[in-house]
This record gives sequence, structure tokens and C-alpha cells, in this order.
Amino acid sequence: MAAAIGCRRNPESGGGGSTPRGGVSGAPPSTHFVADLPRGEWRMAAGDYGNLRYSTLDAINTTNVRNLRVVTTLTTGIPHGHEGQPLVVDNTMYVVTPFPNNLLAIDLANTGGALKFAYEPHPDRRAVGIACCDIVNRGAQYADGKIVYSLLDATVVAVDAKDGHEVWRTKVGNIDVGETFTAAPLVVKNKVIVGNSGGELGVRGYVAALDLGSGRELWRAYNTGPDADVKIGPAFKAFYRKDQGKDLGVATWPSDQWKLGGSTVWGWISYDPAANLFFYGTGNPGVWNPDMRVGDNKWSCAIMARDADSGELRWAYQIVAHDAWDYDEIMENMLVDMDWNGRPRKLLIHPARTGFVFVLDRDTGEVLSANTYEPTNWATGWDLKTGAPVEDATKRTKYGVVTKGICPSSTGAKDVIPSAFSPRTGLVYIPAHNTCMDYEGVEANYIAGTPYLGASVKMYPGPGGYQGELVAWDPVRGQKTWGVKEEKFPVYSGVLATAGDVVFYGTMDGWFKAVDARSGTELWKFHCGSGIVGNPITYLGPDGKQYVAIYSGIGGWMGAVAFPDVSIDDPNAGLGVVGTMKEIKKYTAPGDVLYVFGF
Amino acid sequence: MSSASSVFLIALLLAGGPERIAAHPSLPLRVCADPNNLPFSNDGREGFENRIAEIVARDLGRPLEYFWMPQRRGFIRNTLKADRCDLVMGVPATSDALQPTRPYYRSTYVFVSRRDRALRVTSFDDPRLGTLVIGVQVTGDDYANPPAAQALASRGIVSNVRGFTVYGDYSRPNPASGLIDAVARGDVDVAVAWGPLAGYFAAREPVPLEIAPVLPDADGGLVRFAFDIAMGVRRGDATLAAAVDRVIARRRAEIRRVLREYGVPLVERAS
Repeated sequence: MAAAIGCRRNPESGGGGSTPRGGVSGAPPSTHFVADLPRGEWRMAAGDYGNLRYSTLDAINTTNVRNLRVVTTLTTGIPHGHEGQPLVVDNTMYVVTPFPNNLLAIDLANTGGALKFAYEPHPDRRAVGIACCDIVNRGAQYADGKIVYSLLDATVVAVDAKDGHEVWRTKVGNIDVGETFTAAPLVVKNKVIVGNSGGELGVRGYVAALDLGSGRELWRAYNTGPDADVKIGPAFKAFYRKDQGKDLGVATWPSDQWKLGGSTVWGWISYDPAANLFFYGTGNPGVWNPDMRVGDNKWSCAIMARDADSGELRWAYQIVAHDAWDYDEIMENMLVDMDWNGRPRKLLIHPARTGFVFVLDRDTGEVLSANTYEPTNWATGWDLKTGAPVEDATKRTKYGVVTKGICPSSTGAKDVIPSAFSPRTGLVYIPAHNTCMDYEGVEANYIAGTPYLGASVKMYPGPGGYQGELVAWDPVRGQKTWGVKEEKFPVYSGVLATAGDVVFYGTMDGWFKAVDARSGTELWKFHCGSGIVGNPITYLGPDGKQYVAIYSGIGGWMGAVAFPDVSIDDPNAGLGVVGTMKEIKKYTAPGDVLYVFGF
Repeated sequence: MSSASSVFLIALLLAGGPERIAAHPSLPLRVCADPNNLPFSNDGREGFENRIAEIVARDLGRPLEYFWMPQRRGFIRNTLKADRCDLVMGVPATSDALQPTRPYYRSTYVFVSRRDRALRVTSFDDPRLGTLVIGVQVTGDDYANPPAAQALASRGIVSNVRGFTVYGDYSRPNPASGLIDAVARGDVDVAVAWGPLAGYFAAREPVPLEIAPVLPDADGGLVRFAFDIAMGVRRGDATLAAAVDRVIARRRAEIRRVLREYGVPLVERAS
């Protein structure tokens, strides 16, 4: 199916956002945004700098969404996990495929016709064997006439958006020591900010800034090591005592373990232009067993706030000290100003892998609230005075000790898959998981010619008879307003909220759904050819009509269990996720299709 | 379809699969191996696993073919299970991701130190390990590490431990040699390394090194230091597994000569 989407030029398409920063129709006047919200186009991975994944388009609304139908499809030809989302700029849609990370440019005035171009970067094939969790890519950004994105082999490319020629190409990381790049870059002014993946391989996490014009690396800021490497200077001010002190990136590790300390950056980056700060979360403390890395292991599992020009760290908040559960905290940090106890505050909302939603003051790093959104028992609450969890010591893993019933499991109450926020409802829409795990024992495994001892981690559905849920969370009241439970699988698709009060998300068994933003009532659904682990976007076509696009291609850490070569007989396969995903092969199979819906 | 014809069809399908290889000696024996991981294998065929693969292929009367891929997470999935080969040369004999053959050697983690230091550490209970700088291999798979990491952690020995990833820097010719090089240079006092690579690299350092098996070969019932190593075929490929088992039995002396030539510390299973 390949109907053309009209050919009239869209008069609004020039603006990534023509929306005022406050005063979205239907939202409280006290709600303000850090930057323009997407309207006709979708220029960056999360839609806007605040990572809200909210579109001001309202032509598709709660009454007419039931009439949505497929208007075109595109096959990428690479049936692996299609995380991320396309971009739409100047009536052209840009799709970055999983490895080998081709860039496909689709003329929206001529869908079903020839591509405008297909750029093939041919990254180093060895990256495939190094990436941990399928060969995914989480998206690109448009800036200054270029499409900028990372390749799996730790290279960053800028491609001319008009003709597809490579403007620059910079090898930033080193796959020879285990680094890969999977995250979407964020372009801030003239800088491309990227981060590395590969914490399992002894990589040391960092963010780097490249010059948008030339690709030249301008600076690099590590997440472990001495203050000079972490870019901690006189302007650094952590809110909590536990995060204050000199050279904590060294002092909180035994000897020089920080050199192999993980804390990588494979999630989302957001940016507040007024403060000129960018925010990201760090991954788990790499490579060492928890028993070995005595100490807090900074700055793993932390939220970092850095100056966008210099990379200097302004504040940091470590969510989990001395991680023992693989609770990477690379989740999205959503930026919005709202009334908080009667006065306006600059918020950072972080729905966390740990099972808590954190609301922070993004100027200071103070935790304003932390409440659980899915069954969670490793901690019974959060001490807002110290910034530390109230841990249940019986749920902390220790080598050689069997620990049963830890909730959430290592995949968290959500993973990297991003939430959305609607200023009209004041709700955060979280794609959530409800899984628990048993950690136990020793099994011999073998890598690079060397036998080693692994823990067997078995994951399974959490209490309540469901594995996934779209959670509508009220960040101000700190509680769930409603939830749509998905029985069979965790929700591993991103979420989109729109001014039409429709929330879109997908399921791993292939349903693409629209629900009412206020009630969660299902309004429409369509069964795609393969499970959904990508993020929906919406835009105006050349005909001025609103469209919604989503990738359908099961894969990623949990979704890879759908691949024929992953055996469901082994409960420890896929780092233990088979226990929650063993039914997936009955419902879906690998796919590689972009779907576009409209009227 | 009658049940008799179903059986016939199944037999035909099987004949097109792995069985075909054992039944047709002229077909190549396809081995998946790391192109840059001495002493195990490399694409110059200089590793002991290359040499032993040649013994197996010769015995079976088949030409040897390689599919090269770095041995990282997903190696078995992307090689053996993806039908890019029929045999991998080194897996723990207890592996359940594939069908292991009978083990063809048993080796152990060893302590490595400079001979001129005369340390002669053989046990994790040696009190000197509280102060010596100790180098260990780390794999970094979540929750997983070589046994030395567990043995040291359970004794509270952490601040004087240095980590070396088992992958090393893959752009270099011998990525795994970093830990043994560090002993020779004096950067660490004693290393705990998997025997085959310790034995091979120790013999090639500019200063004499000593290696000594970790004793006893288990620690607290959970942590083991000695492992039986087998070859591996796809699950269900019983014909090839049986054929390779027979080769391992027939060529035992020849295989052990190769292992000794590469300095692999061989231990016998405790009775």
C-alpha cells in the first residue's frame, strides 16, 4: 500500500515550533515550556528540547481518531529492533535504520515513489558483535540543513538533508575497547552532544560535544574519574551531602576501578535554553561485581546537569548508590515549569528504572518527590532530606546468595523507551513494565576464550496479573491518575501525546493504540505486522493534514526474544528476560516497516 | 498424509540439515572462531584451537573452513545458531546454549608472578594478597565475572585489585595479553588469569614468569577455578557431536601435544 499524501506544500512546515512557550490552549497558564513544541514538523528525537513528546497538532482528536487508517508504509529491509523514531523536516521524512544505520529520505509529496536518497554509511561490522541488546538506533536530529546521528560503531555522521551527501563523519568512540553508540544526539546551538554505550564491556561513560559545522570534537566529559575528567569545577553544586566532595568519581571506587566504571550514556538528553544546561542519566557501574566495587560508584545511575557550552558539571544527583540490580538511570528527563505547592517551579521529571518517578528542581537538583509507579520492593520509599532510598536490605543482591522476588527486575519499571507529557492534562504518560526477578547461583559461561561465573537472573511477571501498563502519572500529586494494563508483555514503545487529547503507544505484540489522554479509554487500535518498540511521532503532510508515524519492528533487549535464533528454552537467555517474554513468538515476528496513519 | 509418509518427509528434512555433514565427508567442516584471540585462534590460524580444528577436520576427512567473528556476547547465536558453522572449538562442557562434545581438556585459573619476586602464591587465603597489587580479568557481563573477582571480594580484598577486560584492546594483535604484560612490567605483583592465556603469554614475556594453579580448585562450594572445556555443535546435531567425540578419543595424545606446545596448564579432574 502506498497512497501519495497529497502534494500541496504545507505552509506551516518551516517551523519546528511556532508555538508560544507558555499558554498552550487548554493548559494552566502557569505551565511553561523550555523551548518550542513540535507543530508541523518533528526535528529532534523527542520532538522538543524538554523531551515532552507532545505535539500541538489537534486535527486528530478523541472523536475522529477512530477513523485513522494506514496511508502508506515503508520497508527498511532490516528486520531488527526499530527503536527510535523518524524525523519530518521540509516535507521529507528521515528514517535511520538499525545497523547498518542507513538514512532513508522519503518525499512526503510522493510517498510510494522513489526515495529522495538513501545514505549508506557502512559502519564497521564488528560493532554488531559488541552491542549488548540488538543493533538498535534511537534516532537523529535535524540542524542547520543536516541530519545528524550516531552509527553503532561509535561514529557520528552529518548528512546533507537535501541531497544525502555526507558532510562530515567523526569516529568518537572505539569499538576495539567495547564502545558502541545507540543514543540519539542532541544538537544545542553549534554543538552535537553524544554519549557512549557499552558499560558491560569495561567502557568508561562520557558525553562529548562535536562542532556542528565540522564534526571536530570540542570537549569530552567523563562520568567517572577525577573532577578534571568529569568537568567538575568551582561552579559545581550538588544539592545533597552524599553527592558533595572532591574527586568522588575516584574516591567512591576501590583503587582504579573507575577506569572500567561503565556509567555510560545510551538514553536521552534534554536541554533548558534559559539555564543553558543539558541533562542526561547515566548507566550502571560497569564491569565489576557489586561485591568488588565497594563504595557509591559515582557517577553511575545518576542525573547529570552540564553547561551546554563548556560541558562543565553544574549539579549531579546519584539516584542509586552502589547499584546491585542493573538499574541504569538513562531514562528521559522531561523539563517543564509547573505550579508546585502553589508556586511556579522549574521541574525535571524522571520516570526511573528503579520504579520511582522523580521530580527534581532542575536548577538545583533537589528531589521534590519520589513515588513508585509499579510494584517496587528493593526500596520502601525515598528520604527527601538525604536524597537516598530507604532500602530493603534483603533485596540487595550478593554473589552466591539467592535473592528471590526483587521488583522491579533488571529491566526496570521502564527501560529506555520514553514517556510523553501533556500540558493540557498535566499528566506524564509512562510506558511501564511490571516484572520481578530472582537472582541466584553460579553458572559457567565463556567469552573471548575465557570461562567465567555468571549469576542466573530469572525474570517473570510481577504481582497483579499484567506485565505492561501505560501509566498516566500526575507529577504534582505524585500518584497515578489511571493506567491501561497490558497483560501479555511490558510496554516497550514510546508514547506521544497531542493537543487533540489523544495518546498513542504500541505494544510488543504489534498493536498500535490511541487512548483518551484524560481517561485512558481506548479509542482506536491497529495491528501492525511486527511488535512495536519505536516511538510515535505526528506531523503535517504537504497537504496540510495531520499524520501519525510509528516503526513496527520487534527487537531490543526484551524484544529480541522474538528472534528465531533466541531460544525460549533457556530462562537465562537475553540476560534473563526470556522468563517474561516466552510467549512473544506466538504473537509476533521480526519486522521492518514504518507505518503512516491519517484520514 | 499418511503417518508413514510423514516419517519419510521428516527423514528427508533431517537429511538436508546437520546430518548431511556427517554423511558426506566431502563437505567442509565449518568452524566459527575469533580472528584475533591468541592463544586460542586467529585468522592466521596460529592458535591452539586452529591446530586442533585441523586435527578434527583431517580425521573426519573434510576440508576445514572458517567463519570469523570476535567472540563477544551473542557469538554462539550469531555463528553456530545462525548456521554459519557447525563447530566451535571452546565452550564449557556444561554449556547449555548448544550441545557440548566430551571435554578435550581441563585447565585452571592460575597465579602469575615474576620469578625474580619469588612470591609463589597458590591460594586466595595467602595473607600477602591483602597488600600485593593483584591483577584480575573482568568480563563485565552484568553480575558476571571470572572467579578470582568473587574469591577476592568474599575476602574483602578489593582496594589493591586492578582490572583488565578479557577483551583487551581489539585493535592490537594480542588483545588478551595486557594482564600478563602488566606482571612482566611490574605494574601488578600477581595476576590471576585463565590458564591457557597465562601459559602462552607468560612464556613470551622478556622476563621469566611463574604460573601456579589456584588451589584448591573451588572456593566455598560456589566458586570454581578449574573448567572442563569441550567443543560445541548446534543442539540436536547429535551425529556431528558423536563424530567429534570419537575424534577427541582417537586423537587424544595428538591434541594434548598441541595443548602442551602452547603452554596450556592441564589439570586432571579431582577424583
